Amino acid sequence: MPQHTPLHATHVAAGARMVDFAGWDMPVNYGSQIEEHHAVRRDAGMFDVSHMLALDLAGAGSKAFLRGLIANDVAKLAEPGKALYSCMLNPEGGVIDDLIVYYLSDTAWRIVVNAGTADKDVAWMQARLAEGGFDATLTVRRDLAMIAVQGPNARAKTWAALPGSEAASASLKPFQGAAWGDFFIARTGYTGEDGFELTLPADQATATWSALVAAGVKPCGLGARDTLRLEAGMALYGNDMDETISPLDAGLAWTVDFSDTARDFVGKAALLAKPASRQVLGLVLEDKGVLRAHQAVFTAQGEGETTSGTFSPTLEKAIAMARLPLGVAPGDSVEVDIRGKRLKARVVKASFVRNGKALI
Amino acid sequence: MSNTPAELRYTESHEWVRTESDGTLTIGITDHAQQALGDVVFLELPEAGRVVDAKESIAVIESVKAASDIYAPVAGEIIASNQEAVDAPEAVNGDPYGAWLFKIKPANAADVDGLLSAEAYDAVANG
Repeated sequence: MPQHTPLHATHVAAGARMVDFAGWDMPVNYGSQIEEHHAVRRDAGMFDVSHMLALDLAGAGSKAFLRGLIANDVAKLAEPGKALYSCMLNPEGGVIDDLIVYYLSDTAWRIVVNAGTADKDVAWMQARLAEGGFDATLTVRRDLAMIAVQGPNARAKTWAALPGSEAASASLKPFQGAAWGDFFIARTGYTGEDGFELTLPADQATATWSALVAAGVKPCGLGARDTLRLEAGMALYGNDMDETISPLDAGLAWTVDFSDTARDFVGKAALLAKPASRQVLGLVLEDKGVLRAHQAVFTAQGEGETTSGTFSPTLEKAIAMARLPLGVAPGDSVEVDIRGKRLKARVVKASFVRNGKALI
Repeated sequence: MSNTPAELRYTESHEWVRTESDGTLTIGITDHAQQALGDVVFLELPEAGRVVDAKESIAVIESVKAASDIYAPVAGEIIASNQEAVDAPEAVNGDPYGAWLFKIKPANAADVDGLLSAEAYDAVANG
């Protein structure tokens, strides 16, 4: 039986097309995925992301634990509420998961991990905690719901829907969050637009969702979430990286922090021993068709592969993220194998749309 | 709920088939199929003159979500494909029974009798 988020009945009542996603029965769209996509780029849309898992880490040893657990360095978080995106690696340097850590204080952290990897993530973290004997406790927060409100008008509409929330969140900078009563409001997201991710008690999810609908926020499914994140050039775990791929080969070198040479973290030795052998770039199809994951890419420097592809509703062109040989550069012309035909594509940076504007 | 006009014939692979007065067949995809696919963004249709077998994959429909094959319901010759639908693929979502994809001159007119009725198709689509 697939699991249900606290908003499941709300989605079904709204006529959403439901699909299994990582063991959860989730809305893929409520009608038109493209309209939902445009709502986020032009106005405000929201996603039920309660299938993702929030974890609380507390204790005097929690900072030292996190510095050894993940590839980015939480020591750079100085301001309360600040968020950090990181990969959690295995000893071979492969990506167990990508996650967000919020710094609440030196002894209190909130971590959000992917739904499909949540169980193995928790088991991995508990094992590392026990192994290192850290003074820290990890608490699974399945009692919480998460709603991502995204788009140029997302913040204003959230404030209209949730009276009192503006005072708590108006001064938040991008990638920063703050508590508001039982809620945690973070100025983060997965769409390339401004907005909030709200974490709240599960029993308030339905009322909050309804208030946001009343404020003019359009419910959006996982379909639009995928086209939005791909246009923004954001990696999707399981597509763009997994346990067999180093973050250095997955376009995520910017999330690996080697600056404190005294810091060790799981996977560090493997990364240092194996520098990047591939790079992630974007592709825009020049011929007609649609790019998808796992299509072969032929370049002057050798063969590569798309890791995510779709039709971009904003650009009205097929786009992809691709793992390509070193030496390929934006502006290059390449060919992609689509059902046995070689079609022309242009190489660009792997970021296609941000804040409603085309970057290519 | 999806719409399945009673006067058309259907395939298990979600094509609809209309027999025209001259005996040629007009083919598209069903309302059920377009709903399942989601927003259609690209069509690759067969060229006129191509001789096709029944159940041969002869066209591709791509939605934002995924690519799907479209099959010839019966053997015959392609006599036309719908360039308007190629230029505006979203018509397949908006009007699945108006936005036809291709026309076939069947090798054997009786083959159409072997296709599904609306009732039988609904049982397949909702089963």
